[in-house]
Amino acid sequence: MSERPRLGVFKFASCDGCQLALLDAEDQLLQLAGAVRIAYFLEASSRIEPGPYDIALVEGSITTPADAERIQQIRRDAKFLVTIGACATAGGIQALRNWSDTDEFLRAVYARPEYISTLATSTAIADHVRVDFELRGCPINQQQLIEVLQSLLAGRRPRTPTHSICLDCKRRGTVCVMVAAGTPCLGPVTQAGCGAICPAYDRGCYGCYGPAVQANLASLTTHLIAKGEAREKVVYRLRGFNGYSPEFRAESDRLESIEEREG
Amino acid sequence: MPNENAAVSKRLPDSDGNPQQSHFVATEAFASIFEVLQGKGYTVIGPTIDQHAIVYDQVRSLQDLPQGWTDRQGAGEYRLERRDDNALFGYVVGPHSWKHFLFPPAMTVATADKTASGWTFQTPEDDPPKYAFLGVRACELAAMRVQDRVFMAGPYVDPAYHQRRSGALIIAVNCSQAAPTCFCTSMGTGPQCTSGFDLALTELTDGFVIAAATRDGEEILSELKSRPATVEELRQAAAVTQRAAEQVERRLDTTNIRDVLFANLDHPRWDDVAQRCLSCANCTMVCPTCFCSSVQEVSDLSGQHVERQRQWDSCFNFDFSYMNGGVIRDTTRSRYRQWLTHKLASWIDQFGSSGCVGCGRCIAWCPVGIDLTEEVAAIREPTS
Repeated sequence: MSERPRLGVFKFASCDGCQLALLDAEDQLLQLAGAVRIAYFLEASSRIEPGPYDIALVEGSITTPADAERIQQIRRDAKFLVTIGACATAGGIQALRNWSDTDEFLRAVYARPEYISTLATSTAIADHVRVDFELRGCPINQQQLIEVLQSLLAGRRPRTPTHSICLDCKRRGTVCVMVAAGTPCLGPVTQAGCGAICPAYDRGCYGCYGPAVQANLASLTTHLIAKGEAREKVVYRLRGFNGYSPEFRAESDRLESIEEREG
Repeated sequence: MPNENAAVSKRLPDSDGNPQQSHFVATEAFASIFEVLQGKGYTVIGPTIDQHAIVYDQVRSLQDLPQGWTDRQGAGEYRLERRDDNALFGYVVGPHSWKHFLFPPAMTVATADKTASGWTFQTPEDDPPKYAFLGVRACELAAMRVQDRVFMAGPYVDPAYHQRRSGALIIAVNCSQAAPTCFCTSMGTGPQCTSGFDLALTELTDGFVIAAATRDGEEILSELKSRPATVEELRQAAAVTQRAAEQVERRLDTTNIRDVLFANLDHPRWDDVAQRCLSCANCTMVCPTCFCSSVQEVSDLSGQHVERQRQWDSCFNFDFSYMNGGVIRDTTRSRYRQWLTHKLASWIDQFGSSGCVGCGRCIAWCPVGIDLTEEVAAIREPTS
């Protein structure tokens, strides 16, 4: 048994949805449990084994001083560290605080703000430690997670596409919601992985999988604004689950700075 | 006119080599074509309304067709609109093309299983339906000819495409109108359907002028209630196509286009278009001739079962040009240039015709409305 790679699953600031994607892999869970030794996975088992771990899956973003410490130890304990989901990879929806005054939130929400120990920002794991592979998505795609684990077991590079959502819409025969219905959509600048779900249900893409490789955000936002969407709304559109990814962040900041300049 | 060397062999002209006499089929009688086709074992694919557009999908009766609807198209824009008549084919081409059925977006081309005695390899059963394509436009016939050359003309015939294509019955429709995105007249592909079909229809107010070009087509026509078309009906049919031709406003100047593009690989317009291009791959996906795919081996967790899967891919994808340790077209500029110069220039060297049939899909379905005819015109402008 000892030859099986040891897997640890760790949680930071997050909703647990990405870990659930692993637990939800019902058909493959037993097979997976046979292929790896689950050594640390609080959501699944209270049995905790100490490190080192061959593979560490890390969910969530860094939002507290304690977590900023804890991730260092996990990195030291992990041979191969994979971040799973938008929180771990881009700071998550909670990274909206990065554009706000955290102290103001504390005063507004908590009766005794001094009991709260938090950082002013929510940041990606890669901002704190070296990350070996980032698996995108809010939540992650279960098949992609299996693919990543499988590739690690087989000693090859994970195959997770970096192209736009549009390609997947076309493969499944979904008509472009932007062209045919004028629905604003982040699909052309968002990385595939979800299977292009939202446009198939007549909604624009929310950008859950973060920026596609070399995404041309300025072209898309210029077009959305030309088609009548307020610049402020385009900023909100970009500041979603992956709003603090470098590309989406730079573009929303750029649009906001135009707003401020033009008053 | 692109050359037409790769027609499917079963599609012979009638014994005299002349087009058959045209018949008139009233709309009510035309409705029975669905039963006739179904009776012959065809799965009928045709235009129907879905997702705010006229798409190609299975159609079972006249009621499934977009009767009384039309489309309004422009760069990056498509809208369905009501017509003031009950025309069945009163629109142009939409987001889908027939390649979706001839060259499926995803398929498993091989499997392998690890057994006690080693790996066993299998080719999965491929048992596609026998398709009848209803409502194929002239530019789409041209696109099929282009893909026929790609998939069937060389020494390596694509079995999946070949099987679907050679079994398919083609019922063409002459366009009665053109969209602002259409430029078939520049590419010599339309709007008149001239070859590559079993039956060709021209829609008049109360029925169709129909001509058969193959024995399969003749046989189907003989099962519809028809009579020889009158001189007046033939005149009206010619006027329908003439009107569509006259409505085509967009132009792509193809004069010497191969040499012009190759002589302008460093034109500043490539930088300009790269500022706008999303590199999202939509143009290549809607293009009825784009044929790129990628193949990968996918195994299950146990590593005992492996599938070789092929799916549509695009030259606009960053990873598509990954080879030997690196990506060779690593900017949007280089990818847009690759697409346009392949489509309009190197395609001619490779396959003996342009890769563009003038359907205008890449213009309409580009989310930001990039128009290749405009880009080519700009590249033709001398740089200062």
